Amino acid sequence: MTVGKGSSAADSSGAASPIEFRLDHASGIPTYLQLVQQVEHALRIGYLNTGDQLPKVRDVVALLAINPNTVLKAYRELEIKGLAAGHPGQGTFVKATLSQATLPELTRLRSSLLTWLATADTAGLDEDGIVALFTSALRDFRNQRGAASRDSEGVA
Amino acid sequence: MNVVESNGLGKRYGNTWALRDCTLAIPAGHVAALVGPNGAGKTTLLNLTVGLATRTTGVVTVLGGMPAGSPAALDGIAFVAQDTPLYKNISAADLLHMTRNLNRRFDERYAKARLGDLDIPLERRAGKMSGGQQAQLALTLALARRPQLLVLDEPMAMLDPLARHDFMATVMTAIADDGVSVLLSSHVLAELERVADYLVLLSGGSVQIAGEVDDLLACHRVLTGPAAEAGEYIKRLNVVHVRRGEAQAHLLVRTNGTTEPVPSGWEAHPVSLEELTLAYMRDPAAAALPGPARAVVQPLEVRN
Repeated sequence: MTVGKGSSAADSSGAASPIEFRLDHASGIPTYLQLVQQVEHALRIGYLNTGDQLPKVRDVVALLAINPNTVLKAYRELEIKGLAAGHPGQGTFVKATLSQATLPELTRLRSSLLTWLATADTAGLDEDGIVALFTSALRDFRNQRGAASRDSEGVA
Repeated sequence: MNVVESNGLGKRYGNTWALRDCTLAIPAGHVAALVGPNGAGKTTLLNLTVGLATRTTGVVTVLGGMPAGSPAALDGIAFVAQDTPLYKNISAADLLHMTRNLNRRFDERYAKARLGDLDIPLERRAGKMSGGQQAQLALTLALARRPQLLVLDEPMAMLDPLARHDFMATVMTAIADDGVSVLLSSHVLAELERVADYLVLLSGGSVQIAGEVDDLLACHRVLTGPAAEAGEYIKRLNVVHVRRGEAQAHLLVRTNGTTEPVPSGWEAHPVSLEELTLAYMRDPAAAALPGPARAVVQPLEVRN
């Protein structure tokens, strides 16, 4: 995995973070993990990019009424994963991104997927059927690719 | 530094022991939740900690060794009692004025700014405010004393969900801003899960479990498997609580680490703080005291 170096990390065009956290109290997932997963999700979708600031601990705490240590734990976890870096006195910033495509590309892929979903719907597949088909196709694809290039690392 | 430390602490009212042989060490920098059934001694322990009651036996110190109730200790602790008592006929402004004059340290600017943020008019009498506003006013008066330790007795009991959220947001922000340590008692386990990172469970006047929440959760798990085999594991493992049906049984087990193998035919699940607390409350004889070595009272007995 490559670590994109955010050389322009210190640029501060507005202090606000591009994302805001929410909590699902019924999910059973520990709070800090929900924060970690939301950052990872935002990195994958492209809402967050290298150099972006994560929400300030104080703001998260005031918004969600959770223990500051929980937010710090989540940010520490992201630092360990190499995705974020803390700058003392400034906040925590995105250091590496998880998105493999740009936002316009993602939008195109999304709309072609929607077209496919409409086709599947017309063919009479329900949601569970679609998920099952997609999962199975993804597995086949992964197997083929794994066989083709043995040395490429498979990042989940 | 320990914000609260007690050794053999006891309090007797007449012939009844409200608190017995309570030995604790709550480290600074935590939100410590004090839980337990009604009559377990929570309010007594809080009153002893803030100096509103005198002990019958043992010792209790606060903020790194100061005797509870001493002037230095009082300066560093702020306490909001149950039902956030305020003088109902006195306006917010006068309550501010009064509190400033009754305390050696009081940050009036903070208090006024805070009430402004909350849209609480200074001229309004406390009795005319909503429950949420009264709770916020009492909390603001407490925080404006700039305490190192904030003690809250059932702070959320009377509040609606929105007021609870706003109240806890104020407390959590104070922690983020000033590093205040918090000790609070509550029955609302689901809400504690979000804020507490240290747990003290009282039962029948004594400490049943105490420790950092992460440590407590890491050394407990639920094993689910065939009821017929449950008896064998109850003998062998450190089982805190059992729920058994005709075919299936759930055992809440205390482990000494996360690496212990799961018996074949059984599934292991992590526990939530609420589940853990309820299990111990149902089984007052079970005890587990991980966490800092100084908090450990005695080795755990294996239950049958």
